[in-house]
Amino acid sequence: MIQEHAMKPRNLLKANSSLITIRTSLLSLLFAIVIGGAIIAAAGYSPLETYAAMFKGSLSSRKGIVLSLTQATPLIFTGLSFAIAYRVKLVNLGAEGQLYLGAMAAAVVGYYVQGLNQFSHVSITLLASATVGGLAGLFIGYLRIRFGAQEVITSIMLNEIIILFTSFLAAGPLKGQNSVTVQTERIASTAMLPVLAKQSQLTIAFILAIVIALLLAVLLNKTVVGYEMRVTGFSRRAAETGGIKVWKIYLLTIFISGAVAGLGGASQVMGVNRRFVEGFSASYGFSGISVAALAVYNPIAVVFSGIIFGILRAGAMTVSRTTSIPVEFVSVIQSLVVVFMAAPKLGLDVIALPKKLYGWIQQIRTRQTMRGGQAHE
Amino acid sequence: MLSMQNITKRFTSTLALDGVDFQLRQGEIHALLGENGAGKTTLMKILYGMIKPDTGQILLDGQPVNMRHSTDALSKGICMVHQHFMLIPAFTILENVITNDEPRKGIFTDVAAAREQVKALIARFDFALDPDARVEDLSVGEQQRVEILKALYRKAKILILDEPTAVLTPHEVNNLFSVLRLLKAQGTSIIIITHKLKETFAIADRITVLRDGRIIQQDLLPSDTDVSRLSCMMVGRQIQKQRPAKQKETGATCLEVKHVSVSEHSIAKLKDISFAVHKGEILGVAGIEGNGQSQLLEVLTGLRKPDIGEIFLNGSVVQGDAATFLKNRISHIPEDRLSMGLVKEMSVEDNLILGYHHEETVCKHGFMRKRSIAERAQESIKSFQIKTHDSHSLVRTLSGGNQQKIVIARSLNHDPEVMIAAHPTRGVDIGAMEYIHSKIIEMRDSGKAVLLVSADLDEVRTLSDRIIVLYEGRIVLSSLPGEHSEMQLGIMMTGGVLTDDTGACHETT
Repeated sequence: MIQEHAMKPRNLLKANSSLITIRTSLLSLLFAIVIGGAIIAAAGYSPLETYAAMFKGSLSSRKGIVLSLTQATPLIFTGLSFAIAYRVKLVNLGAEGQLYLGAMAAAVVGYYVQGLNQFSHVSITLLASATVGGLAGLFIGYLRIRFGAQEVITSIMLNEIIILFTSFLAAGPLKGQNSVTVQTERIASTAMLPVLAKQSQLTIAFILAIVIALLLAVLLNKTVVGYEMRVTGFSRRAAETGGIKVWKIYLLTIFISGAVAGLGGASQVMGVNRRFVEGFSASYGFSGISVAALAVYNPIAVVFSGIIFGILRAGAMTVSRTTSIPVEFVSVIQSLVVVFMAAPKLGLDVIALPKKLYGWIQQIRTRQTMRGGQAHE
Repeated sequence: MLSMQNITKRFTSTLALDGVDFQLRQGEIHALLGENGAGKTTLMKILYGMIKPDTGQILLDGQPVNMRHSTDALSKGICMVHQHFMLIPAFTILENVITNDEPRKGIFTDVAAAREQVKALIARFDFALDPDARVEDLSVGEQQRVEILKALYRKAKILILDEPTAVLTPHEVNNLFSVLRLLKAQGTSIIIITHKLKETFAIADRITVLRDGRIIQQDLLPSDTDVSRLSCMMVGRQIQKQRPAKQKETGATCLEVKHVSVSEHSIAKLKDISFAVHKGEILGVAGIEGNGQSQLLEVLTGLRKPDIGEIFLNGSVVQGDAATFLKNRISHIPEDRLSMGLVKEMSVEDNLILGYHHEETVCKHGFMRKRSIAERAQESIKSFQIKTHDSHSLVRTLSGGNQQKIVIARSLNHDPEVMIAAHPTRGVDIGAMEYIHSKIIEMRDSGKAVLLVSADLDEVRTLSDRIIVLYEGRIVLSSLPGEHSEMQLGIMMTGGVLTDDTGACHETT
């Protein structure tokens, strides 16, 4: 009897926990879109028409879908980068820099290494990008472990240094001979990623992103290292007490995080621009935070949230061609998603508001009738 | 003067209080007795306005009152001393006492008047406190007196004390009780929340027993009952007073600590500690918290390297990190189960392998053996009677007692040579406590060594085959059972000296 009584709340909690996360994610997205709509309206456009045009642009045609997935590709990489680090409670805000470094590595290896077949050239180039991005992550991890420097600060500061350094390389020693803008030489055709759809920039990088998401999911959930990562993320003290070498886990994780961001950079160089172009990233690194947050840091879910943001971006790109609503509008939605994900209770409170109001009214009514009843007695 | 009627409170899906009535008379000391989780604290928090009841009403001097916030309670002369004190460490005693009720002179606080008032109170109750001392420099007993001082300053008519003796030495308990008697004589009504029967008999005029959110017995007079009947009411069955009489021969030295010193921020925390734990022995470490126990535990589990000194297991040196110690079969029941022992957000089965996750039964080629882990978890849940929905339930959904059973199960499942048990029954209910005690004794009887650190002197005294007392990082006493009285151990715990006089006290008790 007592046992039965004690077990009930557990049942509820268990059934609810995964539901709550999915519901929070969907609600956050919905709220972000609604508030975004209000902003569109405030700017003098019809929100419904704008959203209709956006989704028409990104979903109604084959071309639109391809564009959406192309936009989603780097977002999945940077989303995975942020998510994996956050699973051990490291806040890697350095994805932007790691992305640039990975891109530069791809541009260098893609151009200077010659005479390989496509498979080996692509593999080597990707490996170089991942390694360089990973090392940038490792440096942040080292600063944290050795000097206790908060990775939030170091990673974001390092972004500036890295991005300016890559600009320097692209503007000086590695500048393409005939180019007017700051960019490197075009990479060898053997280093280019095979495309998935004709006449598009959607390459196998999209598949690679999904494979990496799967690998990270397996790593986290099926391996001993993943177990140690999860324990470390939930409770550093419990990890230490359980004999886990927390510093090793930190270094490994931040390396993986940087490597994945580096691959995101490579995907742009090897699939889209074919060279390193200064300022090529449309803030992919920081958008990764939104992507990861919406996915609640689950690698598989990152693929889906990356695609959702890809759709929004692609839609905004089409709309910006016909109206004066800028592409940057998407970042409003992105930021709102982060706000609602970070404060899930905010969203739930908004939903619960009508119910609560109704409850108050009922309460006041019953009180009044009770008072009336007492007066009669 | 105070009456709480038909109070019901439901937390999501547990019924914390079910139609509880409670009466308090003018100038009495009323003990609210019950196990952990019986609803004592919830009931008092309702009275204090911190929690709103679902149903029921509170009458004060016959008038219904509405407690929406603790300020409502304070304005009606109801004060509460919480189990975890609500003091501001960086403030002085004076500042803590007058905060939020300062005597004013224009827009300024009238510090001189405040000091006079507080000084007068300290003198009247013989508190021996300096109003300008900082709270962070005070002992726990002194901090508690500051809390009481706060209530006195606010002219409390009703004083609620939540487990006031949990952190005190026997000597401090006596002091507290004389203050309470003095307050009673002046007409203050006192509610004391406790689960200690001995103290209930020492101080209470009336007793109300709560169990599972229901009143079992109301307004009982101490003279009408005895310890065993009360404990029966509290737990709902007869408790076997267990004294582990059966004891195998103490064997060879198992764990040995030699000349260990540790300092923290250049303050010496352990000063040249040496002792040994033998096979088939429970060595109890008694002491007030903060006298080096935490550092000793860290050294013995590999979480900290001693500055000087070595640790031997069966004659060979053990050194390294926590992983090395676990591998050497020195198992650990951490002092803070929720932050060190368990990962609340992970499942029961994941928690049952923490620290042993490199073992063959758990992993193969770096991959987790899910089925083996699940099967072994099922066995543990069964054999250790862990009440959980299944092995995938998150640990945070379990009660404190069942969480602790996971820690104990994990430790015992992996064939330990030595168990370092820190506060193994802190905050668990009596049922789980009995069970955990029986497991520790079982382990001792199978010829293993146990080091038991506990803030609960009763626990140390009932379980241990030998006791050492830590005071300011030194071992000040080594005692065999029955050699020293509770009072004498208490004196040593607070840095006192045993004289012939206290020895005489031992003979009479």
